[in-house]
Amino acid sequence: MNSSSRQRRLTAAAITALAVAVTATACSSSSGSTDTKGAGSGTYTIWDPYPQFDKTSDWVKLLDQCGTKAGVKIKRTAFDTSDLGNKTLLAAQQGNSPDLLIVDNPVVSTLAEAGVLTTTDDNKLDTSKVDPNLLAAGQSGGKTYGTPIGANTLALYYNKKVLKEAGVDISSVKDWKSLTAALEKVKKAGKKGITFSAIGTEEGSFQFLPWFWGAGAKLTQLDSSQAVSALSLWKDWQKNGYAPNSVQNNTQTTSWQEFASGDYAFSENGTWQLANAKKAGFDYGVLPIPGTDGGNAAAPTGGEFVTIPVQQDTGRYATSQKLVTCLTSTDNLYNTDTTLSYVAPTSEVQDKQVAANADLKPWVDAVKAAEGRTSDDLGTKYPKISEQMWKAVQSALSGSKSPKDALTSAQAAAK
Amino acid sequence: MKQTTHPPDHRSAGVRHGAATVAPPPGPGPKRRRPTSTQWAAWAFLAPVTLYLTLFYAYPLYRNLDLSLRNYTVRSFVQGDAPFTGLANYRKVFDDPTFAPALLHTAVFTAVCLVFQYAIGLALAVFFHQNFRLSATLRALFLVPWLLPLIVSASTWSWMLNSESGIVNAALHAIGIGPVNWLTSPSWALTSVITANIWIGVPFNLVVLYSGLQSIPTSLYEAAAIDGANAWQRFWRVTFPLLRPVSAITLLLGLIYTLKVFDIIWIMTKGGPADSSTTFATWSYQLGFGNLLPAFGPGAAVGNLLVVAALVFGLVYVRVQRKQSL
Repeated sequence: MNSSSRQRRLTAAAITALAVAVTATACSSSSGSTDTKGAGSGTYTIWDPYPQFDKTSDWVKLLDQCGTKAGVKIKRTAFDTSDLGNKTLLAAQQGNSPDLLIVDNPVVSTLAEAGVLTTTDDNKLDTSKVDPNLLAAGQSGGKTYGTPIGANTLALYYNKKVLKEAGVDISSVKDWKSLTAALEKVKKAGKKGITFSAIGTEEGSFQFLPWFWGAGAKLTQLDSSQAVSALSLWKDWQKNGYAPNSVQNNTQTTSWQEFASGDYAFSENGTWQLANAKKAGFDYGVLPIPGTDGGNAAAPTGGEFVTIPVQQDTGRYATSQKLVTCLTSTDNLYNTDTTLSYVAPTSEVQDKQVAANADLKPWVDAVKAAEGRTSDDLGTKYPKISEQMWKAVQSALSGSKSPKDALTSAQAAAK
Repeated sequence: MKQTTHPPDHRSAGVRHGAATVAPPPGPGPKRRRPTSTQWAAWAFLAPVTLYLTLFYAYPLYRNLDLSLRNYTVRSFVQGDAPFTGLANYRKVFDDPTFAPALLHTAVFTAVCLVFQYAIGLALAVFFHQNFRLSATLRALFLVPWLLPLIVSASTWSWMLNSESGIVNAALHAIGIGPVNWLTSPSWALTSVITANIWIGVPFNLVVLYSGLQSIPTSLYEAAAIDGANAWQRFWRVTFPLLRPVSAITLLLGLIYTLKVFDIIWIMTKGGPADSSTTFATWSYQLGFGNLLPAFGPGAAVGNLLVVAALVFGLVYVRVQRKQSL
């Protein structure tokens, strides 16, 4: 071992170390350079909450077609829907927002509040054909932040065979009293009553809202007597064994699986289950959710909005706007909403959907009667109210508090 | 071999080079440049680890601390102009009605899990140390919970414990016991997640303690046997004391793993019903990401409390170690 060989080794080691360091910085700088998407780059990013669709799906093909039409390349990334809101906030903080964002409607007002989304004044989107009750979920402070790509809502699916065996005439189910009476008959006949999802997430609030609104309660007053009556209805169903104990941990998917077992008479579920209902192997019907004294309860609107996040380079909006217009054009909307099993947001396409598939009629009616969760200018107050609401539902159903106490503390915490 | 032999401790190497340049030792090669180049080399060697530590430890920790000291709304999160509010987030967390139950659940969850994981792991390790036929195969089978992705095991547990269709309630029904609402009753939810977590943690304890057992010389057992010690005495007088260092590190690692357990609880109960299985880890997530309007500040504050708790126990461990080595 002489000094020159030693030195060579040291130099080699130094170079290696330097190379590692340089590579590390190179990595970080190259990831940094992707933020600055030049207007001329011709690649537009789209984020959507439909991970179930892969490259071969109609949805992704449609995105590519619209890209080709606008003369740009599309880079699409799919996220889990519950993840997308936070991912977008983080991306906006890094100055890395996608060009187009398709996001669950109650998230729109939060993102708008964060200043992440452009208004229709900025991006020149035409929303005049959209049903106003659906568009309301994307409006806040008198501004509109996007356009719905499709809508869905909740209704009651029922199993005709189970009801027949229990001797229930479905036309007799008109209000809460007759529904509870029907559940009692079903239980006496040895079958199971109703499943829904009362899980401690936004899904739980979404499922509770039709009963909450159906009782005449308002989101600004969680502890009203109407609200208590809605929660008591659920609680009593569970106490009397009309609804299974598992509802507290049910997502809408697991609740559907219970119904698909064929033992349950009713299931509160959404438009998106229609395709699965056909596969379930039994005769089913769909009934709008009744209000406390009859009539149809307003159900919350589900479904996503197409939005255009704020970019440093405002020149990109023109192309983004072309892309959105393409995605929400009458023909494409029809195809997309058929793929997603959604109801279209415009009457024109809704008529086309009903003409093609009469099963959709009750759903189109339900969507027309539905209300946005963030409507009435609740905006970013809604998430807080909703969290307290699902907590109250969980407290009451698990028996740790009475419906009244649970809602009283929910109202105190939501203020 | 006349050139300077570098001392093994690298910290002093840089200091001594100054002296080396003044009085260069005899030997071939360019003498002037050498010290600087070794100095550079020393820095270069240090650079990757420093860079790594700064990028992946110091910066995230700093960011988390910063998040917890500012009042972040969604708007200020994006614009980056959140006002500094000192300890307001911490005060908010301490005053929250969820704080006391979450603290209690975290303590109970961690303590109960640790005790059972360690006891069962040690019992199994001693059992497998006998080296009977098929013991290696059986031991490998015991590792399965460790190998399964957490989402798989947690989903399986929540499926088994389902009130309506779970296999556990079906088994209870078969022997004439009424159904228990494992995941949906406030009095059972914490027990259920603890059970699942013990099952997941046993293999880790088994593996580490088993390797600890193998390092105890057999001659000690032989000597004890000759002295007439029975199996029970051999365990308490020989095995247990000699396992102490291994036990200490097992428990410390177990503690840190258990403090931060999130996936199992979140998948099985979401911290519910009515916060009855909320720990600091799930509460932090709930605050930061659990609703549509994230509260990053309080979420980060709760996360920092967890970091501090883990750090305190780490320091206790270091201290105990030092005392033992004295």
